Amino acid sequence: MQASRLPAYVDILVIPLLNLLTALFVAGIIIAIIGENPFTALSIMLKGAFIYKGGLGYTLFYTTNFIFTGLAVAVAFHAMLFNIGGEGQAAMGGLGIGLVALGLGGILPVPIVILLAIIGSAIFGAIWGVIPGYLQAKRGSHIVITTIMFNFIASSIMIWLLAGLLMAPNQMSPETVSFADGVMLFKIHQILNSMGFSVARSPLNLSFVLALLCCFAVWVLIWRTRFGYRIRATGFSTKASAYGGYRPEWIIILVMAISGGLAGMMAVNEILGVQHRVILNFTSGYGFTGIAVALMGRNHPVGIIFASLLFGALYQGGAELDFEFQTITRDMVIMIQGLIILFSGALAYMFNPFLERIFLANKGQKEPENG
Amino acid sequence: MLDKINKVKREHIIKNGDESSPFAISLIDICKSFGPVQANDAISLDVTRGTIHGIIGENGAGKSTLMSIIYGFYQPDSGMIKVAGTPASFKQPSEAISLGIGMVHQHFMLVPNFTALENIILGSEGKKGLKSGLYAARKKLKELSQTYGLEVDLDSITEDLPVGIQQRIEILKALYRGAKVLILDEPTGVLTPQETERLFEILNALKSEGVTILLITHKLHEVMAITDVVSVMRQGKLVAHTKTKETNSEWLAEQMVGRSVLVNIQYPKGNPKHIALSAEKVSVTDKRGFDSLKNVSFDLHAGEILGIAGISGNGQSELLSVLSGIIQPAAGQFKIAEELFDATHHADPQKVRQLGVAHVPEDRHAEGLILQFQAFESAILGYEKSPNLGVKLLTDPNVNRTYCAQLMESFDVRPQNPTLLSSQFSGGNQQKLILAREISSMPKVLLVGQPTRGVDIGAIEFIHNTLISMRDSGCAIIVVSVELEEILSLSDRIMVMNAGEVVGTVNKQDATKPMLGKMMAGMSLNVAEKGV
Repeated sequence: MQASRLPAYVDILVIPLLNLLTALFVAGIIIAIIGENPFTALSIMLKGAFIYKGGLGYTLFYTTNFIFTGLAVAVAFHAMLFNIGGEGQAAMGGLGIGLVALGLGGILPVPIVILLAIIGSAIFGAIWGVIPGYLQAKRGSHIVITTIMFNFIASSIMIWLLAGLLMAPNQMSPETVSFADGVMLFKIHQILNSMGFSVARSPLNLSFVLALLCCFAVWVLIWRTRFGYRIRATGFSTKASAYGGYRPEWIIILVMAISGGLAGMMAVNEILGVQHRVILNFTSGYGFTGIAVALMGRNHPVGIIFASLLFGALYQGGAELDFEFQTITRDMVIMIQGLIILFSGALAYMFNPFLERIFLANKGQKEPENG
Repeated sequence: MLDKINKVKREHIIKNGDESSPFAISLIDICKSFGPVQANDAISLDVTRGTIHGIIGENGAGKSTLMSIIYGFYQPDSGMIKVAGTPASFKQPSEAISLGIGMVHQHFMLVPNFTALENIILGSEGKKGLKSGLYAARKKLKELSQTYGLEVDLDSITEDLPVGIQQRIEILKALYRGAKVLILDEPTGVLTPQETERLFEILNALKSEGVTILLITHKLHEVMAITDVVSVMRQGKLVAHTKTKETNSEWLAEQMVGRSVLVNIQYPKGNPKHIALSAEKVSVTDKRGFDSLKNVSFDLHAGEILGIAGISGNGQSELLSVLSGIIQPAAGQFKIAEELFDATHHADPQKVRQLGVAHVPEDRHAEGLILQFQAFESAILGYEKSPNLGVKLLTDPNVNRTYCAQLMESFDVRPQNPTLLSSQFSGGNQQKLILAREISSMPKVLLVGQPTRGVDIGAIEFIHNTLISMRDSGCAIIVVSVELEEILSLSDRIMVMNAGEVVGTVNKQDATKPMLGKMMAGMSLNVAEKGV
C-alpha cells in the first residue's frame, strides 16, 4: 500500500466519510429506481439503528462482532499479513467455547467455566491462525490462500461435529445441547434494568465490554510494547527486521496467533452471549466484513470501533428497512452493505488522486509565502 | 511527399538498417531521473555497428536505466536516441524490437513450464493457427542456431535446462524477432566459467555476422576479454569512453570507483591493541548456490580501523552480514569476545549486539532505518530492549522521544525533530542518526558499511571524525566502502576483496591508489606491488 501524501486528518476522516457518502449516494439512486424515497429510507435506517426500542442494543451487538473480526485483520495487517480467515477462526472459537462449556459446565463453578470458555475461544481461534502463519513463515505458502482454505476446513469440521459427535440427541437440527444453567454472559439490558434504568431487551451482552477491552489491549500491544514495535518493524521492512534480529518468521507466527485469537473471540458474543449452544454458521460473514472494517478503520482500534459501529448500524437499520418497505427486501440491504464494502474497502483509495490534487495544490500556493 | 519518402526510408531502415550510418545506436544527451535521483545525466554515446561495446560501472551507476531507455522500457526525460542514424522514440519495448533492438535480461523472462520453442515465439506466434506458426518458427530457428552456434533443444521444458541454455533461449528470442542490436545485462552473473566461455564464443559469432552487442557488466576481466570499446559510468554520468585495446583493467577500476571525495584528510595512525574479532576461513553460499564469500580470514584489533576495499558485489556485503549475525556462514568460524560462531553455532544480531558489536548497514533505507517510522522509532531499531529506554513492561514514547532528541543533539542530526518520519531526513542526517544509535551502545566492535554513500559533504567530515575518535577510544572498526579515497583516508590497514576472496592486506603507509586498483581487479599483492 503506498504511503499517502495527504494530511492525517484527511486520511482518517475525510476519505472514509467521502467513501461512505458515495456508497449511500449510489444506494440512494437504486432505491429511487425501485420507486421509494431514498431520504425516507435513510431516516428509517437511522431510526431503526439508533432510536427505535431496542435498536441501539442490536446495533451494538452487531458492532461487537465487527470489533473482534476487525481487530483480527488489523493486528495481522501491522505485520503486512492479510488474514482472510476470520470466518474460520471465529467458527473454531465457537467450537472452543462449546467444548469447554459442555465438558466442564456443571462440574466447575459457573464463573470459572465462563472464563475458561472465553480463553478456549481465543486458543482455538489462535490455533486456526497459527497454522497458516507457520506455513507462511516456514514454507512460504501464501497466507491469503491458506487462510481462505482454512475457512472451508473449519466449516467442514463444524458440520461434521455438529451433525455427528456433538449433535444434541433426539432432534433434527445440527447443534449441540444447551450449555449448563448460567453458563452465559449477562445481557446489558438485564444489568441496566437491575440498576434501575429502563432499557429495552436486546442481545447486547458483556462481550461488548470485552471487545472494548480488546481494542485497548491491541492498542497497547501495537504501540506500547516492544513486541508491537517488532511487529510494525517487520511489517514495514523484513530486511530491517532481520537486521534488528527480530526473526521475521517468528513474528509472523505469533501475530497470526494473536489475530486468530481475536477472531475466535467473536464467538463469545454469539455463542456465550446469545445462543448458549454451538450452532452452525453463526459466523454468517462477520469474519469477511472484518476486512472492510479494518480497512475503513485504518487498522487503528479507535477507527475500528467507529467502522464497526457503522456496520452494526447498517445491519440493524437494514433489517428495519426490510421490515418497513414491501419493495425493499433483505437482499437490498445486503446490496447496500456490499456498496459500502465496495467503496470503503475495495475502492478505498479511489478519491486519493483527486484529494491529493486539491490539498497539494493548496500547499503549492502556500509555499511562496513560506519561502 | 516528404512524409512518404521518410516512411519508405524508415521501412528500409527497419529491414536493412541505414547503411550510411556507422553507428547502430547513438544517444544524445539522455537524461533520466527518478524523483531526486538523477539516474542518467546527459549521456551521449555512439555504438558502432558490429562491435561489442562494454558498459561498466558499479551498482547504481545508472547502467541498467540507460539500457532500459534504449530498449524502450523507460522513456528519457530529455535527449534523443538514434537508431542507425534515424531519430527514434520508443514508448514500449515492442517498438524497440521492431527497430531491431533486443534485450537479454539478467533475470530471464521465460515461462518455466513452456518448451524452449514456445518461449521463443511467445508474443510473436503468427496470426494463423499456432501449429503452422510453430512449424515456421522451427525452420527459422534452425537456421539461426546454425549461423550463430546457438544450439538449443527446442522441445525441452525450459525449467529443466541449465541456466546457460536458458540464456541462449533468451538470445534466440531476441534474434528471432530480428534483433540487430543485442543488449545483455550482466549476462555472466549466473553462469559457470565454462558457460561464460561458451557465451563469449557465441557473442563473437554474433559480432562476425554483423550483430551489435551492448554488454553491461561490472566484471573488469570480461570487459577486457571480449569488448572492442568500453564506456564507464559513475553516478549517472558517462565518465570515460575508450577502445579496450588502449586501456587496462586497473585504469578502468579507478574510473569506476575513484570518485573525488573532497574530504581527504590523512588521519594519524591508530594504536592497535588486542584482537577484538577474528575470522577464520569464513565462507558463505548464497541461495543460488554461489560462493559469495570464500575462505576469508583476518584479525581485527581494538583501536584500529580495517578498511575493506573492493568493487561492490565482491563479497563485502556478505562479510558484514555474517559478522553481524544476519546470515550464517557455510563453513569457517569467527570469534567475537571469546565466543566462537560457526555453521552450527549460529550468531544472531541480538546476540552479537550483546557481545558489543554495532553495525551500520550498507543499505540505509532497507536495513538501517524504517522509512515509515518516525525518527524516534528508527532510533531504537535493534535496541528497543536497551535499559536506556526504561525497563518497564510498556514502552513510553516520551522516553524514546527524549532519548532520540539527545542522540540528535549530540550527533547534530537536522532537523532536530524526533517525530518526523525517517524518510523525511536527508541521506547524511539519516546516516548520522544510525551512527548515533549504534555508537551510543558503546560498542567494542563497529561494523560500518558505506559510511558516506549518498551523504552530503558536510556530513562526510563529521562521520569520518566520529569514526576516528571511536577508534582512538579503543573501538575495533571495520569500514567497507567503495570509495578508495575514503578507505585510504580512514584505515590503518586495508584489506582488498575480489570475487569473495581476500586478495591481500596492506598497511596504510604502503598503500597507493593504483596498487589497490590492481588488487581490486583481482591481481595478487605481489604482482600489484611490482607494478608500482
